[in-house]
Formats: sequence, C-alpha cells, structure tokens
Amino acid sequence: MAAQTIRPKQRVEKTYHDDLAIVREELDKCMKCGNCMAVCPVYGAEWTESAVARSKIAVAEAVLAGELALDDPQVYGMLFNCLVCKSCMSNCPTKVNFDRIMLALRAALVRKNGMPWLKKMIFSTLKHPALFDTGMRFGAALQGLAFKSEEGGRSILPRAPLVRMGEAIGFDGARRLPALSTIPLRNRTDEVVRVEGAVMKVAFFTGDSLNYFYPETGRDIIEVLTANRIEVHIPKRQNCCGVPVLVHGDVETARDLARKNIDIFEATGCEYLITGCGSCGGAWQHDYPDLLAADPVYGAKARHWAGRTYDISTFLTRILTLRAPRGRIERIVTYHDSCHLKKSMKVVTEPRQILRSIPGLIFKEMAAPDACCGSGGSYVLTHFETAGIIGRKKAEDIERTQADTVATGCPACMMQLLDTVRRAGGRQQVTHFISLLAESYRREKSDPQSGR
Amino acid sequence: MLETAVITELENLAGKENVLTSKVDLVSYSYDATADMPKQTPDVVVLPTSVEMVQDIVHLARRQRIAIYPRGAGTNLSGGTVPLKKGIVLSFQKMNKIIEIDPANLTAVAQPGVVIAALNAAVSPFGLMYPPDPGTVATATMGGSAAENSGGLRGLKYGVTKNYIMGMEVVLANGEKVRFGGKTVKNVTAYDFSNLFVGSEGTLGIITELTAKLIPAPKFRRTMTGAFTSLVDAGNAVAGIIAAQVIPATLEIMDRMTIRTVEDFAHIGLPVDAEALLLIEVDGMAEEVVRAEAEATMRVVRDNNGDLKTAATDQERDQLWTARRNALPALASLNNTVVLEDATVPRSRITDMLVACQAIGKKYNLTLGTFGHAGDGNLHPTILCDSRDADEISRMHKAVDEIFKTALQFGGTLSGEHGIGMAKMKYLGDELGQSGLALMRSIKEALDPDFILNPGKMVPLREN
Repeated sequence: MAAQTIRPKQRVEKTYHDDLAIVREELDKCMKCGNCMAVCPVYGAEWTESAVARSKIAVAEAVLAGELALDDPQVYGMLFNCLVCKSCMSNCPTKVNFDRIMLALRAALVRKNGMPWLKKMIFSTLKHPALFDTGMRFGAALQGLAFKSEEGGRSILPRAPLVRMGEAIGFDGARRLPALSTIPLRNRTDEVVRVEGAVMKVAFFTGDSLNYFYPETGRDIIEVLTANRIEVHIPKRQNCCGVPVLVHGDVETARDLARKNIDIFEATGCEYLITGCGSCGGAWQHDYPDLLAADPVYGAKARHWAGRTYDISTFLTRILTLRAPRGRIERIVTYHDSCHLKKSMKVVTEPRQILRSIPGLIFKEMAAPDACCGSGGSYVLTHFETAGIIGRKKAEDIERTQADTVATGCPACMMQLLDTVRRAGGRQQVTHFISLLAESYRREKSDPQSGR
Repeated sequence: MLETAVITELENLAGKENVLTSKVDLVSYSYDATADMPKQTPDVVVLPTSVEMVQDIVHLARRQRIAIYPRGAGTNLSGGTVPLKKGIVLSFQKMNKIIEIDPANLTAVAQPGVVIAALNAAVSPFGLMYPPDPGTVATATMGGSAAENSGGLRGLKYGVTKNYIMGMEVVLANGEKVRFGGKTVKNVTAYDFSNLFVGSEGTLGIITELTAKLIPAPKFRRTMTGAFTSLVDAGNAVAGIIAAQVIPATLEIMDRMTIRTVEDFAHIGLPVDAEALLLIEVDGMAEEVVRAEAEATMRVVRDNNGDLKTAATDQERDQLWTARRNALPALASLNNTVVLEDATVPRSRITDMLVACQAIGKKYNLTLGTFGHAGDGNLHPTILCDSRDADEISRMHKAVDEIFKTALQFGGTLSGEHGIGMAKMKYLGDELGQSGLALMRSIKEALDPDFILNPGKMVPLREN
C-alpha cells in the first residue's frame, strides 16, 4: 500500500492555534463532496455556498496559497459566519476536523491584526475573574433599570437604552434573555457540599452560564449528585472555560484560563470533573489537550482531565447507576441536542435515558433534535438574522411535538430556546434536563406516595 | 472581468441580494466535488428565484456573450459545474420549492434547487418514493442530478434519473422558455425532449422545473452480505443471482483493497482475507416474494463458496451497510487526492474488469481500490494519490486512460453515472467515433450556437 502519510508530521512544538500551516493536513482531507451542506445550519438559512464548511476550506486554501488575505474584511467576515456547532463534522465522510480549521484561521487573524477593540474590551474582563464577576453582578443589579421583567422575573426584555445598543450590534429589542441572577451559583453554595455515606467525590465545573445565568440549574446538578451520594466540590476561584475567547482567536487567554482551571481542579483531589454545559465539557475534553499539546507540564495534565471529564448525564448513568427517581413529573417533554454536547462530547442517549426514567413524564422526540438552535455563543449577537431563521425552524419542530417542556443540556441553548420559542409563539418551558430529575427527587420527599 | 454595468444590470434583474461578487463568494463557486480538475472563479454568481429571472439573465448573457454555468449543489464528479470560462454561475439553491405532489398520478413537480432527499421526505407520507439515489442525495438537487443523469445504488432494479423525469421546463440559450412532457405515463408527442435534456450537463438548456415520476415505496426488504475468497466466485454469484431471476435493489461489490482499507478505517470486523465482498438487498411490496428472493439469493451465495451474513433487524442492516458506506471515505483517507472513476461494463464482465483494475493499479504502482454497483456493471475504481507528487499524478493519469480503454474493450462505457463534464471529454471519441462527436456538435450548435451554456464541457469549444 502506498504511503499513508502525506508528509512527516511536524514535531508538536506549536499547535494549529499558533501556525496556520499545521491545519493543512485537515484541509487536505476535504474532498469537497458537499455532505456538510446537508447539515450546516447557516447554509440551511442562507442557501449560499459561502456558508458551508467546504467553501470555508476552499477559502482557507486560497489564504494559504497567498491568493486571498486573511485580514480582508470579506474573508474574515465569511469565516465568522459559522456557529462552530460541529454539525458538518458529524456528517463528514473523511472526518475533517473543521473546528480546528476554524480556530486556526481565527487565531491566525488575531496574530496578524490583534483583537478588535470591542472584543479586547470584553475579553480582557474574562482574564480577571474578579473583575468579570463584579461586572456581571453589576449588570444584575442594574438590570431592573435596563430590562423590564416578564413572566415573574424568569425572562427579561431589554429596555430602551440597551435596545438601541443591541440594535447597533444586530440585536433587536424583542430578545428574551434569562434574568441575571443577583447571587451567582458559586456565591450561594459551599465550596464542598458533603453528604453522609459519600461513595465518591467529584469536582463541578460550573462554567459562567450556570454560575451567572442559571444558578438554579447549577444547584440542581449539586442536588442530584448529593442525592446519588456524591460529595461535590465547587471551587470558587474557577474561571471561564475559555471557549468564548478561543473561538474569537484569543489563544493565549484561552491557554491561560486552561492552565489556571487545571491547577484549581487538581487541588480538589477529585477523581472526576462534572459539567452541565456541552461547551465547557468539550473544552476540557478536546480544547485543553489541543491548546496545551506542546506544553511540557500542562499537556499531560490536560490529557488526564480530558479522560476524567463527564457530562452530568454520562456520569450518572455510566460511572454511577442512577438512583431511580420516584417523584412524578406530569409533563410532556422533548429534548434538544446541544451541538457541543452531542457533537463534541458525544452525549446523546444519556439525557434521554434520564428523562425517560422519571415517573409520569412523557418523552416525545422532535424532528431533527440535533439541528442547531442558532445560538453559537456570540454568533446570535453578531448574526442575529440568520440565527433567527435557524431558531425558528427549531421552535417549529418543538411545537409539532405538542410538548409542554423542552429540555436540553446546555445553558447557551437554553437562552436561545427561551427566545426563539417565545418569538414563534410557543409556550413551552425551557429547562435543563437535570432540573426535571432534581424536581422528581424533591417530589419524592414532599410526597412520598407520588411515584407509586 | 465583467463590466460594472453588467453587474448592475444583473442586480436590477435578479435583485441585489441574489447577485454575489465578493472574492470569497467567487472562490466558493470555483469548484465542485471532482478531484484533479482546474479551478476557476466566476465573474459573478447569480441566484435566480424565478424562471422569468432566468430568462432575463440568459437574454443579457447572450447579448454580451457571457458564459453561463448552471449549478445545483455542486456535488458532481466530472467537473461539470466548474466555471471554466468565468462568466456567470447560475446557482439554483434558492429555487427550492416542491410545487406539487400528486399521489393520484404518482408525480411530483419541483423546482431545480429541491434537494433529492427533501423530495423523498415530502413524498414518503404518501407511501411513495423517488428512487434515484446518488451518494449525495442529502445535498444534491433535482436539477443538478437531472442534468447529470445521476445513478446510485438502486440503479439495477429501479433505474437512474432518466427513468424518472417525465417532463420539464427549460430555458434555452436564446432565452425562450419551453415546456414538454408532463403527468401522463404515455407521451410520444414530438421528440423525447426529456431524454435530451436529462444528462445534457447544462450544455443545451437550463432546467427550471421538473415533473418527476414517483413509485410506491417497497414495504419489505432483506439484506445480506457474502464474503468470497476468490473474485471468480464473487462474479459467479452476481451472475447466479440474476440467473435465478432475482433483481436485487442493491448488489454492491468491494475488492480486497477496499475491504482492508474500510476495516482499518472503521473497525467493523470485515473479513480482511476476502477477495471480494457483496452487499445484497432485495425488496418488494409482498413479504412472501421478498422472502423467496432472499432465500434464492442466499442459496446462490452459498453455492459459490460465499460466507453469508444476513440482517434480521434494521440495526443489523445498518451494520451490513456500514462497510459499503465507508468505502469511499476510507479510501479517501489514504491520501489528499481521490480520483473516483465510474467506468462501466456489461454485468457479465464485472470479474474481468475488477481483475483488470487491480492489474492497472499494480502496473502504475498506485493505491487503487475498486468498489461499486456489481449488479449493473458500474464500478468505481478509485485511485488515491498526492497532488504534490507530480510523478504520481502522471502515473495516475496513465492508469485512468487505461481503465477507460479497458472498459471500452469489454463493451462498456466511459461513464455509468458521473457524466462527462471536463473530466472525460478527451475520451469521448474512443466510444462514439468521429461521427458520434459530430452528432454531438450539431446538437450543441443547433441549441446553443454561441456556446454560452456551460462552455468547455462535454462538447469541445471551437478553436478560433
């Protein structure tokens, strides 16, 4: 058989984050077959070839060949018109790691031009958790001024000054956002939550979204773990996972956050790291080992934690035997596969298994449950119109199930679903699947007969 | 480069949002799925939303002598949509409405940009299907696959695209719109225009609407694989199945090289010592008939020393299909350039052709695996090479020449389902002779005297 390797692999002193030429191997894998078109949410909304992965690969090839300049606004404009949802990767016959190509291109752009001032401003706060924390809490305190409350404080509409600011970056005034919590999760819980007769101790990586936007979900994760006799460590000093800065090409900040997080979680002495967000878990499983591949100290540590990181659902069902819930939840529930949970962490059956185990709960699968909801982190901010079209399809698929609740496993999806479902006129409650399990556990206490 | 005035006029005709001129958009329409082809960026990409818009654009292009390259999803494998002479790429991605499904007449009317799988999803609630299933059904469009006359895995029993296009609306090179065919099963009015435009690869007219034939979807199916330690046994099994008067929906073959590569790639427990693997699926409307056909097929496989595996559940069926589905991706993973041919021979020469392909690979010291549709003689000899290795590329070109020569010697044809495009134009004379080439040229010149439709494909440009 002819040589399988195209050229000798470069010794990993740099990663693809540092040198665009390293992704040539990924570019070479692409046959331009177009299978990515079948699943690309942006293509499904815009119907032009430039939306789709193979065309971005063609443009990357042109950049490497010197035919196009990376810092041409048309070029980077196109590159950023991607949710990095990894749907194309799940449908790619030759297994092109398109996420690596995208990250390498964005990192190369930042190396060439520096971070645009706006992003610099936002992300500089992420480097300093204390400052970011203050900013978020400040925002929470001020939200009464800036937002008007709806649905008993569970969601908010931006008020006039923010509406105008939002419009400037492509947002419209009708967007629903979860209310910023006045007390973040990590401030309302002990750093170690002990339980009598604990069988194991795990560390909970909350991520920013669960900490600031959905602390109740974070609390539910802790409750479910303790209900399964697991001691939970929630280090207060843990940082953002780094994905938001990484996808914008700020590699050094992402590496810095990765190293700090690794140190902090190493100090817990826990065997497993639990996440409740596909992007955060994906960062630990894939991005950290990639980012730190050339780091003589942290490379090995990152690989260690990658194998020890579990989504709450896989941990409960694969590492543990889930304590069967007995509290009845009389709801019709459908489940949305978060892109990063399914396509990065490969978590598909476990959340469904958990939902189906809840007495009284009727589970209904929607059409295309793994179609992206259109969030893509900041994509929804920068490409509001396309994200809206993508979100509307999702809302219609949810509506057709006649479910009263849509569960998912990612806080970013929860935010986007909350907005798109309401926009489409749906009345479904949006929740993390773990909250339904937690609610079932709570009910068995308050009403011991409920599940019988 | 087109003058700014032409772009402005296109924007007036099609709407600014449907005219793309940015550098990245032009790169995005400079290729299709064919390896080892020249790339070219167009001057402009236009995405029409109505037939009138298409007519207006054709009128303008004709006046200005601008090339038009019609394009569906750009998934073809013969360089059919590469805008070789720049000009306008006319992309039908936005004309993607299913106009009508008519279960009483078993027809569907679709715009050219409708994705094949989307049509099938829409007709399946009626218990119907549109059978042509090229490997890219989830992305390829009705217009593109009609223009390319795509085949697929069900060709043996259900035929190819040309058997399912009953009528069309076409915009000619003079900007006139013509409609022909329709919903009647029988139609011998005038020339058989559908069969002229199906497979014309966008060189004769621009398809703007199609009436497709649907059939009741088979209700039962049985799937099996047979592993053979000799190619002759495998070939005899293929012949034996047909001799037993069974026409399977799918009768696929993979050679030793492909089997081993798939096993390395997907680790699914394939017999790596086998010389050939057959994947066979029989289907039909009546359970009894399907069972009888499956049993007859199993007998033939066993009688020819095949190691038989059958699927009892959908999940097992899926496992059996995994090998075939992975054939191209696995081979493609071996190097950066995948040259996928579709030389086709009469079914009785399948074994000869497989042996010949292996010998050609050896002769030119190339990595070559062959898989394909044994039942209809349509093979995919696939050569993996490094685009940066000039010597290897040159050996690959020689091997391809020889593959086509061999297929013709066996009484076969250059292309079973991928079309001629740019990739196989130079071999056309070998199959058709000078008179055949002249006939093609007369048809092309009669319908598109200025060579504005997909120029440089199928019929060579006039030299002047």
